Amino acid sequence: MTDSKYFTTNKKGEIFELKAELNNEKKEKRKEAVKKVIAAMTVGKDVSSLFPDVVNCMQTDNLELKKLVYLYLMNYAKSQPDMAIMAVNSFVKDCEDPNPLIRALAVRTMGCIRVDKITEYLCEPLRKCLKDEDPYVRKTAAVCVAKLHDINAQMVEDQGFLDSLRDLIADSNPMVVANAVAALSEISESHPNSNLLDLNPQNINKLLTALNECTEWGQIFILDCLSNYNPKDEREAQSICERVTPRLSHANSAVVLSAVKVLMKFLELLPKDSDYYNTLLKKLSPPLVTLLSGEPEVQYVALRNINLIVQKRPEILKQEIKVFFVKYNDPIYVKLEKLDIMIRLASQANIAQVLAELKEYATEVDVDFVRKAVRAIGRCAIKVEQSAERCVSTLLDLIQTKVNYVVQEAIVVIRDIFRKYPNKYESIIATLCENLDSLDEPDARAAMIWIVGEYAERIDNADELLESFLEGFHDESTQVQLTLLTAIVKLFLKKPSETQELVQQVLSLATQDSDNPDLRDRGYIYWRLLSTDPVTAKEVVLSEKPLISEETDLIEPTLLDELICHIGSLASVYHKPPSAFVEGSHGVHRKHLPVQHSRSFEWAASLLLVSGPAAAMDQPHVIPSQGDLLGDLLNLDLGPPVNVPQISSMQMGAVDLLGGGLDSLVSLNTHILLLMKAKGLEISGTFSRRQGHMYMDMTFTNKALQHMTDFAVQFNKNSFGMIPTSPLPVHTPLMPSQTIEVSLPINTIGPVMKMDPLNNLQVAVKNNIDVFYFSVLIPLNIFFVEDGKMERQVFLATWKDIPNENELQYQIKECHLNADTVSGKLQGNNIFTIAKRNVEGQDMLYQSLKLTNGIWILAELRIQPGNPNYTLSLKCRAPEVSQYVYQTYDSVLKT
Amino acid sequence: MIGGLFIYNHKGEVLISRVYRDDIGRNAVDAFRVNVIHARQQVRSPVTNIARTSFLHVKRSNIWLAAATKQNVNATMVFEFLYKMCDVMAAYFGKISEENVKNNFVLIYELLDEILDFGYPQNSETGALKTFITQQGIKSQHHTKEEQSQITSQVTGQIGWRREGIKYRRNELFLDVLESVNLLMSPQGQVLSAHVSGRVVMKSYLSGMPECKFGMNDKIVIDKQGKGGGSEDVAKSGKQSIAIDDCTFHQCVRLSKFDTERSISFIPPDGDYELMRYRTTKDIILPFRVIPLVREVGRTRLEVKVVIKSNFKSSLLAQKIEVRIPTPLTTSGVQLICMKGKAKYKASENAIVWKVKRMAGMKESQISAEIELLPTNDKKKWARPPISMNFEVPFAPSGLKVRYLKVFEPKLNYSDHDVIKWVRYIGRSGIYETRC
Repeated sequence: MTDSKYFTTNKKGEIFELKAELNNEKKEKRKEAVKKVIAAMTVGKDVSSLFPDVVNCMQTDNLELKKLVYLYLMNYAKSQPDMAIMAVNSFVKDCEDPNPLIRALAVRTMGCIRVDKITEYLCEPLRKCLKDEDPYVRKTAAVCVAKLHDINAQMVEDQGFLDSLRDLIADSNPMVVANAVAALSEISESHPNSNLLDLNPQNINKLLTALNECTEWGQIFILDCLSNYNPKDEREAQSICERVTPRLSHANSAVVLSAVKVLMKFLELLPKDSDYYNTLLKKLSPPLVTLLSGEPEVQYVALRNINLIVQKRPEILKQEIKVFFVKYNDPIYVKLEKLDIMIRLASQANIAQVLAELKEYATEVDVDFVRKAVRAIGRCAIKVEQSAERCVSTLLDLIQTKVNYVVQEAIVVIRDIFRKYPNKYESIIATLCENLDSLDEPDARAAMIWIVGEYAERIDNADELLESFLEGFHDESTQVQLTLLTAIVKLFLKKPSETQELVQQVLSLATQDSDNPDLRDRGYIYWRLLSTDPVTAKEVVLSEKPLISEETDLIEPTLLDELICHIGSLASVYHKPPSAFVEGSHGVHRKHLPVQHSRSFEWAASLLLVSGPAAAMDQPHVIPSQGDLLGDLLNLDLGPPVNVPQISSMQMGAVDLLGGGLDSLVSLNTHILLLMKAKGLEISGTFSRRQGHMYMDMTFTNKALQHMTDFAVQFNKNSFGMIPTSPLPVHTPLMPSQTIEVSLPINTIGPVMKMDPLNNLQVAVKNNIDVFYFSVLIPLNIFFVEDGKMERQVFLATWKDIPNENELQYQIKECHLNADTVSGKLQGNNIFTIAKRNVEGQDMLYQSLKLTNGIWILAELRIQPGNPNYTLSLKCRAPEVSQYVYQTYDSVLKT
Repeated sequence: MIGGLFIYNHKGEVLISRVYRDDIGRNAVDAFRVNVIHARQQVRSPVTNIARTSFLHVKRSNIWLAAATKQNVNATMVFEFLYKMCDVMAAYFGKISEENVKNNFVLIYELLDEILDFGYPQNSETGALKTFITQQGIKSQHHTKEEQSQITSQVTGQIGWRREGIKYRRNELFLDVLESVNLLMSPQGQVLSAHVSGRVVMKSYLSGMPECKFGMNDKIVIDKQGKGGGSEDVAKSGKQSIAIDDCTFHQCVRLSKFDTERSISFIPPDGDYELMRYRTTKDIILPFRVIPLVREVGRTRLEVKVVIKSNFKSSLLAQKIEVRIPTPLTTSGVQLICMKGKAKYKASENAIVWKVKRMAGMKESQISAEIELLPTNDKKKWARPPISMNFEVPFAPSGLKVRYLKVFEPKLNYSDHDVIKWVRYIGRSGIYETRC
């Protein structure tokens, strides 16, 4: 007896008959009937009217029948919510069944019934099942939480299921752990900032343990989750990597690729010169190659990912080009992807082999593939200079085959080769011209026209050739029209005597008879140029062209980094961020590669003029502090500020407007630092504290040729929890050579991470071109709060209370101010003098200040008349800040 | 995660449709049929995005399996799951055909319910599944309480691929080293690429929960031992060791142990399974060399001569030798002379197929063909596909040798010596091509 007969019933009155059968007394008959219903459902018939009859069959001890009824329920409950309630009792009862398989089945099915009323009843059974003694039930319940969250997120939170799920991460059964991780990962995707998963070293350790024990699928869930973790330092990153690498030998390619993802991400955190870094790189290559011996679909996914990996870290696979050679019976999608990677890996060392392969491919059958192969030959020529000659001769051979699309593709790439190596291969132009007639695609026609125009002086009949194109001018595509116009103008400039008529003709065609504004505009520009100043026209039209670049169609670096975080997933197959193809909240949260805290800025150091505290203090661009305006007036010998007019004038303006004097505006000795200069964007700036608020004042200058948009800023975690309180206020595009000043409000409620040096702040600025990273040393005085004046008594008590080993002494050298001026200057920076004493002719100043994070610093400053060196003693419960306070004293007093 | 899973026949009719997520509607089933199965063009990608729904599909003979999703799923995992799904179905009812799918649709739904929960793959080891999903559904209720908990602990446990309490009167092990040797050779006889992809396939009939250890002439292991021992044994075996480029293992193998000690230890599943796969590229024994000679005589005639040379010990015999020489589409007639075996021109396949039943090592044989062509105006040149070859040899072209396979079962009273072990080496041609 087989089941296929259920598919064949096709009579009229079928539903009626089924109804009768469903209510039959015999069990077997009922089961048969339910099978028929499911078969009808599968092929798309509407059998929802049988709902009550099917639900009636639910009360059964036959597991197979029960499963079928559940299947029906899952499909139709939504359309019959009221009737679905009828099933609730049965579910609740099943959740108490002594057989764990039935308990799990009930809880699994209940989660699939997306009816609000039912979900209420689900809570209690689910709570029990999450704590069930049987792991099979627990692992099913874990997934059920994710189901429920999809229906009613609020309820899941209110009922505390998220906590229960988190508890399951510590479960003794590896599969329960894996499912809990999967569920939590999915739920946390819709709350990107909630830190639901709470990945801390202890939990990570639990996951890594479960990784060794759970099923292949569980390993994938865990690895995918691990890849979202940011290890705190390179040691942690390395130890996780060590425990993940064995997965590279798993038979399941998804386990392998997910492990690759974790390793590719954490590689960012490892120092490049370490042995481990290099060992890891070596370990990555064999498993990637092995993926190519899998089934074609997995090969395809693997190749799309390898394409990314090769762009991010070419060194991993540079020796392996042979495995990307195309096999005759590879599916076409595999062939095309292999070709892409071959070009990326082509180098001087392997170019001979690659070319021989490409030549083979160019004679295959699939048109797309052949075209791509021809294009690849051109790209090799451009990429590997030594091979250019061989490539050109290969292309000529291909042109001789006279296969139409091969010829056309070849001509397009030869134009690029001409652009890259001017005045080298023009001897082949004659051969190209022979094929003029067979060109029927716009790309190829345009390429040929460009070549004729560019080398008009060497082609005897250039005017005839171009004239032949002119006949059907209006039928050509815009691309060809534009190229033809330019080519004829070039020709005219090179051979003015014979071609006057031709140029007249094309100009009138372009300007008078065309509807295309681009074409008309270009025509008029040429016309005016030629009629007013032929010499300039020559300079403009025949100017030397910039060389074309070697690497084309590389993925933009920020996108590439994001895609590396999605290795193995659909995003990596499409080469698009998830937000481009996923609806709703899932996947909108963008992923980033981890940033190496201590060292990652090494590469950025070249962009930075600030490299250490000393450098920061010695910056030449120093303007007098606002708090010291009077002093400034008195000290006229102090040079005027260089190169920093905007900010200082702005702050001056602020003083004027407020007019309230110095109390209302505590600003600082401000160092204008050139923070960053790359890809045409220059940022200089400083920090200030105004009216109790902190700002990062920056000047953006666009020195590139294109406008810049989409600015955004982000701070890395830092010692004082600084975060921007508003987005970067750059709303309009920054035009070339434009400068704008922005003031970014900052507060200190962000996450705290101790940096070294303490006042180091790592900043990322993004615009449409790239992401820029730089780090800057914050002058500590912006953290000095306005209410930092301690009561005398408290000061005395505190001073005694802080242990003596916390006291640090510093020398402030070459300072020629008297005690009162010193007090004034410091007060401007929220360092308050509490008392002044004169002991044996020395002035002793007792001072206090408080940081935004509530740390008090007490100071004793000793000034001896006639001695330009002051002694500063600092006492603080957190002595590591003392050094930076000293630096602030030093710089405040010296400006 | 996977939002829905559909199985279609070659016409695009739905045989199985299981929706796991709310974001996949009924119309998704039709979207795939219209845009992929009924598409005019050849399939250009196994991943298709239709109206913001992604479809990942595989084909088994005439049957399409498609997974639909709206999320950024782990694509590799979905494909691996689809393969696994095929394996599971094959293990239950044999070949995946329209008839078999229809005959077992209730079972398939039951399986889909079990191995995919809310789109998350769950334990899909056939060994475990068969303990509680059976074709006689009734059986399920008659499990005793102990049996039930044994089932659940196996499905969720660390050793999900094996159940406890297995007993055999005769403890037996069959180990096959199956290799496929791949070659791409230039017409001049230069090796463009060559590699062996091998599999170690086992059939184990062992009682209890045996602990196994498998050893082969892996260069890394031998070198390591060599350093410790340093006897003449090293010189002997060191020469025979092979460099393995990469290998992957069945999930029963303890990967962390392999990573640290490079030893392969595991508790085997019962019955058939694939223990490991590996790949080598160095010092491959190429069992055959193909020497082609193609001459175009005028525009309507082609002369082809192909020599094959066997390159292994003369005491060994290669079997099932087949040489496939492609012919142009315009071929009108072929005359063949071969020294050994039988040769035929197969017009429907555009190829001359030359079959030789057996051939000993260190021999050579040849075939000559005269091909008449129809005169055409077609400018397009004949692509000259490579000459391909099939064969089977009784050795491992990679040079892999099994050194030992030890079995320990501390709880039962049989020892390694009591286990009967069978080892066999088979080398087959993979894609074995010579360009002409």
